[in-house]
Amino acid sequence: MSMNSESTLTRRRFLGGAGALAAACVAAGMFGLPALVLASDGPANVDEIIAKDLGAGPIKMEKVKIDTPPKAENGALVRMPVSVDHPMEKDNYITMINIYVDDNPKPLVGSFEFTELSGKAEVELRIKMAKASQVRAIAKTNKGQLYGAVLKIEVAEGGCAG
Amino acid sequence: MADIGEPKVRGPEKPLKKGEVALIKTLIKHPMESGLRKDKATGDTIPADYIEEVTAEYGGATVMKAKWSGAVSKNPFFSFYLKADKSGPVTVTWKDNKGTKWTEKAEIKVE
Repeated sequence: MSMNSESTLTRRRFLGGAGALAAACVAAGMFGLPALVLASDGPANVDEIIAKDLGAGPIKMEKVKIDTPPKAENGALVRMPVSVDHPMEKDNYITMINIYVDDNPKPLVGSFEFTELSGKAEVELRIKMAKASQVRAIAKTNKGQLYGAVLKIEVAEGGCAG
Repeated sequence: MADIGEPKVRGPEKPLKKGEVALIKTLIKHPMESGLRKDKATGDTIPADYIEEVTAEYGGATVMKAKWSGAVSKNPFFSFYLKADKSGPVTVTWKDNKGTKWTEKAEIKVE
């Protein structure tokens, strides 16, 4: 293990135990002070971020599919097709899909809003991943129900699967 | 600035039946700099320069609105769907964090 990754681990451990610090930063933000410490690459609590973005309700791990191979050949271009098997009709449709990469400094990579005119809650894009991470796609219905899928994606080093 | 812009939007070529769901593919050239990378030579942070919002209008309504972080890949490809209920354009607008906007459209034909 290189020096660099050891120091990252240490910092992560430190920040991981520093909930009070994070709370202090949030409070600072609320009072209009700059939240300097949160601005960089500490680990994020993705469950909390999801609850804030989409609501705190239970997430049923069904209906959503992340159709990405579990090993990405090229970290600069990781295919990210996400679909939700759900009707898209008046009063019963998917309003939003959020895609999170847990180990990113900013886990929310993309947020996609739909209407019943969208026809299908499905998107495809390509994202950058420097290293392996858990990826989550969470969908929300117009009634506030949450559905999700989780996938661990490995990233081949040097852009090839070797 | 040759490597930025040139937005493309493509929908189905053939006329669709009313109510049919159409795949819309989009592409644009953009560096998609996250603002978190450092220049290896100087150690300076490379400023954020990425598309943060993509919207699609069709039939007078917004059918899709995307918000992106700087973790979306360079020269982003993006696809989504819409329900074709009348002939007309689907107009896609990309906006980056510097406020630059690009707009392109594709004609949806309904029989």
